[in-house]
Amino acid sequence: MNNCWPTIRFIVNDECRAVHVPPMKRLLDVLREDLRLTGTKEGCGEGECGSCSVRINGELVNSCLVPVLQAEGANIQTVEGLAIGGELHPLQQAFLTCGGAQCGICTPGMLMAATQLLTQNPHPSMAEIREGLAGNLCRCTGFMRIFDSVIAAAAMTPADAPEQAVHAR
Amino acid sequence: MNTHAKTRIVGAPVPRKEGVDKLLGRARYVDDIEREGMWHGATVRSTIPRGFIRSIGFDRNINWTEFAIVTAADVPGKNQIHIIVADQPCLADGKVNHCDEAILLLAHPDKHKLREAVAAVQIEYDPLPPIFTIEESERQDAIVWGADNMLKSFLIEKGDVEPVWATAAHIIEGEYRTGAQEHLYIENNGVIAEWGAESGVTVWGSLQCPFYVHKSLLSVFDLPEDKVRVIQTETGGAFGGKEDYPSILAAHAALLAMKSGHPVKMVYDRMEDLAATTKRHPSRIRHRTALDKNGKLLAMDIDIATDGGAYSTLSSTVLSRATLHSTGPYVCPNVRVRSHSWATNTVPYGAFRGFGAPQAVFAIERHMDEIAAAIGLNPIELRRRNFLHDGDTTATEQVMREPVILDTLLDRALADSDYYARRARFARDNQTNPVKRGMGIAAFYHGSGFTGSGERYLNSLAGVDVTPEGKVRVMVSSTEFGQGTNTILTQIAAEAIGIPYEDVIMAPPDTGIVPNSGPTVASRTSMVVGRLIERAGLQLVALLREHAGLGSHFTRDEFFAACARYRAVQGKVDSLCRYEPPPGIFWDDQKYRGEAYPAFAWSVQVAQVAVDTVTYSAEVEEFWSVQEVGRVLNPVLAGGQIEGGIAQGIGYALYEKVLLQNGHMANNQMTNYIMPTAEDVPPIHVFFEEIPFQYGAYGAKGIGELPHDGPAPAILNAIRDATGVGFHSIPLLPEDLFAEFVARQMMAEPAAV
Repeated sequence: MNNCWPTIRFIVNDECRAVHVPPMKRLLDVLREDLRLTGTKEGCGEGECGSCSVRINGELVNSCLVPVLQAEGANIQTVEGLAIGGELHPLQQAFLTCGGAQCGICTPGMLMAATQLLTQNPHPSMAEIREGLAGNLCRCTGFMRIFDSVIAAAAMTPADAPEQAVHAR
Repeated sequence: MNTHAKTRIVGAPVPRKEGVDKLLGRARYVDDIEREGMWHGATVRSTIPRGFIRSIGFDRNINWTEFAIVTAADVPGKNQIHIIVADQPCLADGKVNHCDEAILLLAHPDKHKLREAVAAVQIEYDPLPPIFTIEESERQDAIVWGADNMLKSFLIEKGDVEPVWATAAHIIEGEYRTGAQEHLYIENNGVIAEWGAESGVTVWGSLQCPFYVHKSLLSVFDLPEDKVRVIQTETGGAFGGKEDYPSILAAHAALLAMKSGHPVKMVYDRMEDLAATTKRHPSRIRHRTALDKNGKLLAMDIDIATDGGAYSTLSSTVLSRATLHSTGPYVCPNVRVRSHSWATNTVPYGAFRGFGAPQAVFAIERHMDEIAAAIGLNPIELRRRNFLHDGDTTATEQVMREPVILDTLLDRALADSDYYARRARFARDNQTNPVKRGMGIAAFYHGSGFTGSGERYLNSLAGVDVTPEGKVRVMVSSTEFGQGTNTILTQIAAEAIGIPYEDVIMAPPDTGIVPNSGPTVASRTSMVVGRLIERAGLQLVALLREHAGLGSHFTRDEFFAACARYRAVQGKVDSLCRYEPPPGIFWDDQKYRGEAYPAFAWSVQVAQVAVDTVTYSAEVEEFWSVQEVGRVLNPVLAGGQIEGGIAQGIGYALYEKVLLQNGHMANNQMTNYIMPTAEDVPPIHVFFEEIPFQYGAYGAKGIGELPHDGPAPAILNAIRDATGVGFHSIPLLPEDLFAEFVARQMMAEPAAV
């Protein structure tokens, strides 16, 4: 603890949290070390791989590039906030069924990117899926089954009710 | 024999065993784990490729009393990482042989203080001249390893190639080169180690082979077997990159734990992982091939050279697999393969999916297209005329006893890809379109399991036990790192015993708990270890029938009731099986002759590629892969293995370049070491032909490495088809295409120069 550090408050997965940390500490490290939300992963530390993807105020960001100071007052969603009442989110269920996760290390970030994509565009085309996930690297799957998973999750969302399944929060 | 029997769970797309934990973000990878009082470790590495360490100094601005400091002098046992040959030190002692070699270790309670401390250790050197290429090593510009720089050599001779040259209708020569490739698992290497005077060493880590790490630690710490325990944590990708390297990292963390008296975590960041850990061996392969006037192979003379880096690690076995895959899936009466692995002053090259085969398959499959062009034969027809069939012999004179269906695979691949129609259409369109399209194929096999006598030496032990809580546990040291070990082995156990998939779990991958079922490498898990689990499951049922009144038909409740009765008398319920080689396997390690592999997986792949002659980019537009891997145990996981391997193979061909400067990887970041993204990978179409292999688990053979062997030659063959230019080297980047096409243009239009 250090008296020079500010207290930074934000919402993570619908819970108000306050941390007393160096203001330039990476949001990734605050989530993992201070809040013990270790679902968010570090792959490269320079914003290339997307393993640390979280959603801040409805935008997809690499949490390794965000000083925690910038998250003051923000509404943050991590992979831990995706399941609904202990049940797998439709995207998680689709990844499980379709084989969208292999080693699992890119999966939390991929799920965040897919959530972001389907929130903005509930029924994306293949080109839109590819573009939406292009910032998240997976070395195991060759992406085919991740695309299948996103398509399957989108199919669980009725075309006339685009927001409900994938925008529960 | 169950290979043709109808199965309930084997062959079904049951969900990944540990899938829910991964999807909820609660799977625990090594960096997610904290131990009480844990410190963090870091490594001081050499900044020169070769030389003597003159002095090690410590900057006075750092309070070094806060740190634990470890050098080679602190190693209690042998300062060696024993993989095959004990030539690699755990920590450099007086001399370094490559950049980024570990010299000194630091630990501190605050990981954020380590970076500055590492920079504050000043090492002075007396440099020695380094060598960086196969050619420099061959010429012995400097002797950097052993007496002659040669890490290993092999010779295969079948028939006699020499008399053939004088009379053959065609003789075609070619030289092919492949570059290094980084695994780029998304989780970097990492371990946590603890040390106690009584308890010995315990290591948790991201790794493939717990017993390799165990063996290495025994020697570094001079401890008895029961004083070293290695536990695999959830592992975020490996691809061979966590086969040998974790033995070094585990030793480092354990030395720091001993010195500091605290648990120590060492997790590399991406730059350190890229700079300091193993890569795929670069290669140079030369073919000289004789054919008769009908395009039948008469003689193949093959010369293989690989760059092994500074220490031998796994270079001998990688070279062996390259040697044994170098002739491709073809029959030829006269074959000579001479192969050598050479030492250089770079980070040692190591295991990577395919393990020498991608290099060998690149060379032979590119060469086949060059031969076809030279003798005026269609590349499809040339392959068809020379394919191996049942009863033929390979270069090691292994008789193909199992069905070989290359023609079927080829027909399917051509039909599914609409090969001929597309090729004709592209030939027409290419005349006017600056984007040139082409189709390319590769045909290949991948030997399943360890080479030659390897499985016999491994002598793997695996099985199942039943917990008092009523779960069957699969007892193996085989590890899950995305490829599906947990799922297929629990499927097999559930199938063999006759209980639901949900009733079977994996025992913790902990050397203190599970038997040594061998390393998780060489596409051996489904075929070899799976077979042991199948046998163990059947044996358990027989045991319960004989001793615990289990009926001939039973429900899951009756099964677990019988287990409880058995436990009441015997104290435990378990069933272990040891490896038994298939009958008739003979291998001569001296002459490199006999049954090189118990089984082969086969594949034909087709690539459609577009080359933009304005931007010089080459793009794979669509990809087809047809394979025979025996019985498919889980179609979703198997498809994922094939697709993932192809994506890595596309990267190997067109994107991934390891740039060395003075022996140090200069592009050791994801920003500039480029792998294919979601926007780069083309639609991939995967088809399995299934021929159950009677000595594999429910008919399974190996699958994991096979798909990585073919994409590079298929893609470069497609580029040849599109442009008429046969490239001989990978990675093939836009700048390489640019250089070649511009050079050709200048040759064609001398007046314009």
